[in-house]
Amino acid sequence: MEILTHFNYWAAIALAAIGLYAVIARQNMVKKLIGLSLFQTAVFLLFITTGKVAGGTAPILSPDYTLYSNPLPHVLILTAIVVSVSTLAVGLALTITIKRDYGTIEEDDIQAADAKGHGEEAGKT
Amino acid sequence: MSAGALPILQVVLPLIAAPLCVLLRRSGLAWAFTTLITWCLLAISILLLIRVMAGGVISYRLGGWAPPFGIEYRLDAVNCFVLLIICVIAAVVAPYMRQSVAREIPAPRHNIFYAVYLLALTGLLGITATGDAFNIYVFMEISSLASYVLIALGPSRQARTAAFQYLIVGTIGATFLLIGIGLLYTMTGTLNLADLSLRIREVSDMRPIYAALAFITIGVLVKLALFPVHIWLPNAYTQAPSAISAFLAASATKVGAYLLLRFIFTLFGVEFSFEQMPLMEILMPLSLIAILVGSIVAIFQNNLKRLFAYSSIGQIGYLALGISFGSTSGLTGAIVHTFNHAMMKGGIFLALGCLVFRAGSVDLSTLHGLGRRMPFTMAALIMGGLGLIGVPLTSGFVSKWYLVQAAIEADLWPVAVLILFGSLLALIYVGRIIEVAFFRPPPADLQAMREAPLQMLIPTWILIASSVYFGIHTDITVSVSERAAEVLLGTPS
Repeated sequence: MEILTHFNYWAAIALAAIGLYAVIARQNMVKKLIGLSLFQTAVFLLFITTGKVAGGTAPILSPDYTLYSNPLPHVLILTAIVVSVSTLAVGLALTITIKRDYGTIEEDDIQAADAKGHGEEAGKT
Repeated sequence: MSAGALPILQVVLPLIAAPLCVLLRRSGLAWAFTTLITWCLLAISILLLIRVMAGGVISYRLGGWAPPFGIEYRLDAVNCFVLLIICVIAAVVAPYMRQSVAREIPAPRHNIFYAVYLLALTGLLGITATGDAFNIYVFMEISSLASYVLIALGPSRQARTAAFQYLIVGTIGATFLLIGIGLLYTMTGTLNLADLSLRIREVSDMRPIYAALAFITIGVLVKLALFPVHIWLPNAYTQAPSAISAFLAASATKVGAYLLLRFIFTLFGVEFSFEQMPLMEILMPLSLIAILVGSIVAIFQNNLKRLFAYSSIGQIGYLALGISFGSTSGLTGAIVHTFNHAMMKGGIFLALGCLVFRAGSVDLSTLHGLGRRMPFTMAALIMGGLGLIGVPLTSGFVSKWYLVQAAIEADLWPVAVLILFGSLLALIYVGRIIEVAFFRPPPADLQAMREAPLQMLIPTWILIASSVYFGIHTDITVSVSERAAEVLLGTPS
């Protein structure tokens, strides 16, 4: 049952793999961003679970307890979540402008539109 | 004046200036303010470098908390030099932006453009100045997010897709870096780079440390855009506004190179990276492929911005090659090349911006005979190109000299031959431009074409002239680079 002792790692790796797969395999930009968020969140999970001390309680100073979980990973990940939300926001904003410029957010269609645009430009000159 | 608050001012000044810039609604005001800030930053970085070259390491404690618990800004010869490179580029590009940006970006967005430019600068300076692993991640994301926005402001709609592509790849890279930092933290319990480098020795035979090196290296390589993770670079540089292409080409990848140096040498140490882990066996073939593929693809490009973007991939290959030797001369070559390439590529992309300003395009077909109409712009382009080839008396020659020397020292003759072969390939793509610009007759309607405005030409020539100056007077750059290489290879302090 060795796998179960580190099940948090397995969960994080599984989520990260699913997220990365979505980023690579999906053509839709919003789905790509969902995959990216999932990938980032999996890494946050990996970080946070390493702060757990077996039998430890929440890190609030109290005379009744002596064993605390490590709060530092939580603080770091709080910052990283802000970063991740900003990334998502910029990504979605870009998706909106792309939708406005191209009329689609499917990567195939965008590449096709760009290839067509190049052809027209070459034809003009 | 003591060193005092200089290290933190270097990073916080543009961070505070960015929101103020948004408040200055007028385009001209925002531009003047941005230029003033970048010049202040340049002055600070020069003061810092002088201090470090004279007296060793400057350590600044954020909020007065002592390291390793508080965040420490730690400046030695390596990052002071990189800070100077970034500040020089930012200070030279800022005056240039006024007219270039007025042409390429709609007026209501100007103040936001300058604010985001300052934020990108904050991120790059922060990555370089900080001595805290998690801080590096946060600053990397600040600079990356700002760069995505700057690229997306490019004139064509492809700029938006290029920015999106960069966002996806860049975020994956940064998250890889975060995984690596997380693994290091779980193994050592510290995030301070200096402290980490000591504690890592005790656990260096554990598997998570191996994984950490792998994750961090890949994450940094994405930022550096080494082959095969260079995929975002050509589109991003081609589609970004001209001034931003110059700024990113000259500074962002250099910061990637700095991070690679910092993590491999200061943090993990030469022994661990090159003897326990096969870093040389991985980096060297990749950089050689980058040199060859980047240069060969560049030969077949007709869009000059794209051509020089691919040439950047080749030049990044030289940088990584110097790092992969793990020797003093290799590192000296890599660090000198970081500086030289920043000057040359910055100058080249600024010259391309002048072409966009006057000719409206950087396609090779529009350049026929342009050498006669815009002699100064084209001359700058060609001088920069000669530097990329590595012609003697240009700074490119100095860096290639050290790289070839490192290859010979390591008894790797084929590598030395490939370095020189890469120069030949550069000769072909620069030669194509010379041929079209100077030896083709100009079309009849070219009479109206004038030289680019002085406010754009002078910054271009400052970078190009300095790349020539430092090709002749090599002692300044080489002595700083040698010092930096010694700091990296010496016992970690």
